[in-house]
Amino acid sequence: MKRNKLGLAVLYIILGAWAATTIYPLFWVLENSFKAKDKILNNSFALPVGDLFTLANYKRAFDRLDILHAYVNSIFISACVTLGVMMLAGLASFALVRFDFKLKKFCHTMVIAAMMFPVFSTIIPVYTMETGWHITNTSSWILNMVSVILPQIAGNISFAIIVLMGYVQSLPLELEEAAHLEGCSIPQIFFRIVVPLGKPSFVTVAIFSFLWSYNDLFTQMFFLRRPEMQAITRLLNELTSKEGTNYGLMASAVTLVIIPVIVVYIFLQKYIIKGMTAGAVKG
Amino acid sequence: MSNIYRNKKYVLFFLVPAFLFLVVYLYYPFLVNIYGSFRQIKNLGTYGTKWNEPFYDNYVKLVTDPVVWTSLKNTVLMIVATIVGQVGIALLLALLVDNIEKGTQFFRTVYFFPIVISATALGLLFNLIFLYDKGMLNQFLELFGKTTLTDWKGEKLAIFTMMLPVVWQYVGFYFVILETGLNNISQELYESAAIDGATRFQRVIYISIPLLRNVICTCLTLGVTGALKVFDLPWTMFPKGMPLKETFLTGTYMYYQTMEAKNVDYGATLAVLIVVLGVLLSRFTRKVFKESEDF
Repeated sequence: MKRNKLGLAVLYIILGAWAATTIYPLFWVLENSFKAKDKILNNSFALPVGDLFTLANYKRAFDRLDILHAYVNSIFISACVTLGVMMLAGLASFALVRFDFKLKKFCHTMVIAAMMFPVFSTIIPVYTMETGWHITNTSSWILNMVSVILPQIAGNISFAIIVLMGYVQSLPLELEEAAHLEGCSIPQIFFRIVVPLGKPSFVTVAIFSFLWSYNDLFTQMFFLRRPEMQAITRLLNELTSKEGTNYGLMASAVTLVIIPVIVVYIFLQKYIIKGMTAGAVKG
Repeated sequence: MSNIYRNKKYVLFFLVPAFLFLVVYLYYPFLVNIYGSFRQIKNLGTYGTKWNEPFYDNYVKLVTDPVVWTSLKNTVLMIVATIVGQVGIALLLALLVDNIEKGTQFFRTVYFFPIVISATALGLLFNLIFLYDKGMLNQFLELFGKTTLTDWKGEKLAIFTMMLPVVWQYVGFYFVILETGLNNISQELYESAAIDGATRFQRVIYISIPLLRNVICTCLTLGVTGALKVFDLPWTMFPKGMPLKETFLTGTYMYYQTMEAKNVDYGATLAVLIVVLGVLLSRFTRKVFKESEDF
């Protein structure tokens, strides 16, 4: 199909303009993180070269904020949530597709309905319940982590079951029957055939759960209130109220949080985009 | 069902762990939350000492609380912004990208990535951008000869400033969904339309959009339900409904009442309101989109 050059140029300009809105703000915060905090306000568009360049903001960020600790907490929480969701949802989706039992329909409805619960509607009782178990607001690191991991697993599980059910349905039954004839028990069929063959679907679920948990602020605000327990998003939120006017420190903290995510995104973008839109595309 | 799965002794082994989570962490707390909205709860983490008097007191408060109405109004605005802004811009961009051959992957990558970044970090970033005394935007406007500073977070523009980043962040999400939908439309349709003399614009109106209808409906449903869940960005940029409790959404107001105002039972009541709102809205969207499905 032919088209005129002018029209094509206009297309690229419009598309490029939106791309600029997503790239430039990040570039802007990056360049300003290398400037002294009082220089940002004079001319924030200048590149941080020569006299303007300083690492003071980063030094301050590492001195004042426990960023490394927060990273460890964040990654530990998200990794546990991801593993938990994959395991529990994997098991449940297999049974929901392959077995016939009395309450099958009811169970299926329960999973769908669970997706409708906004986190707001369960958080207060969950907090109360966990307080009863003495795992909130304790000085024990691991218990505090568990207190946020468990509700996050619950929040992701039903979505993961739906995605994985789609996968199990697409798996040819002959394979499992052959394995059965070879003498595999049902758990063996699950762990040796269903799980290994479903790697792409499990990766989808893993990416979704990890990112969701890593970026979630609401649950962390409830469960990680002690400074030494804070994860990344909680730390950033705290920073706004404590040092809201130290723009240099803010810029460096934002950069420190965003850069690792962007690096991971560049390498895994194909899987990440697929993982994040899986629920929508499958309907 | 195959023979091998007749033996049901394993069903419980597979199902119990996940459903235990659903019951303990979703269904049970959901009910307790409704119970809690009738109690007097002073401290988070307790079940309260006694019933409210009258027991429906919080619901009376709900109807008469002006901030509830503000937050409802803002939430509706957020839904409109989501539909028009997120899905609208995404549709436009997707239709444009469909016309180019080079760089599609680049735009996909670049448009999508704000979703990967935590909304809290973006909130801090936008705080710097919208700074009154020479944030990026005000400096930018200065370059174009504007002499006065714009108070982006002041009363007049606060709602706009709050919604802009939310809309901006999610355009890429709907862009990817819509673009995938467009790629699924057979090229032959366009070619035969072109032979019949349809202009590029006509092809979009009569082929792309109608065939994309179901995908657009999915996006709209996701957008409406998503708008109810927005929390991180508004709370980071406008904590406690600043200025003057004007920027509360239902979600942020629920958090404010629970954690800041220590009105835990009222927070629970607001959570019930959010649930009711969610159910009504999803009913509504399902109905609207079902009627227009005959193609």
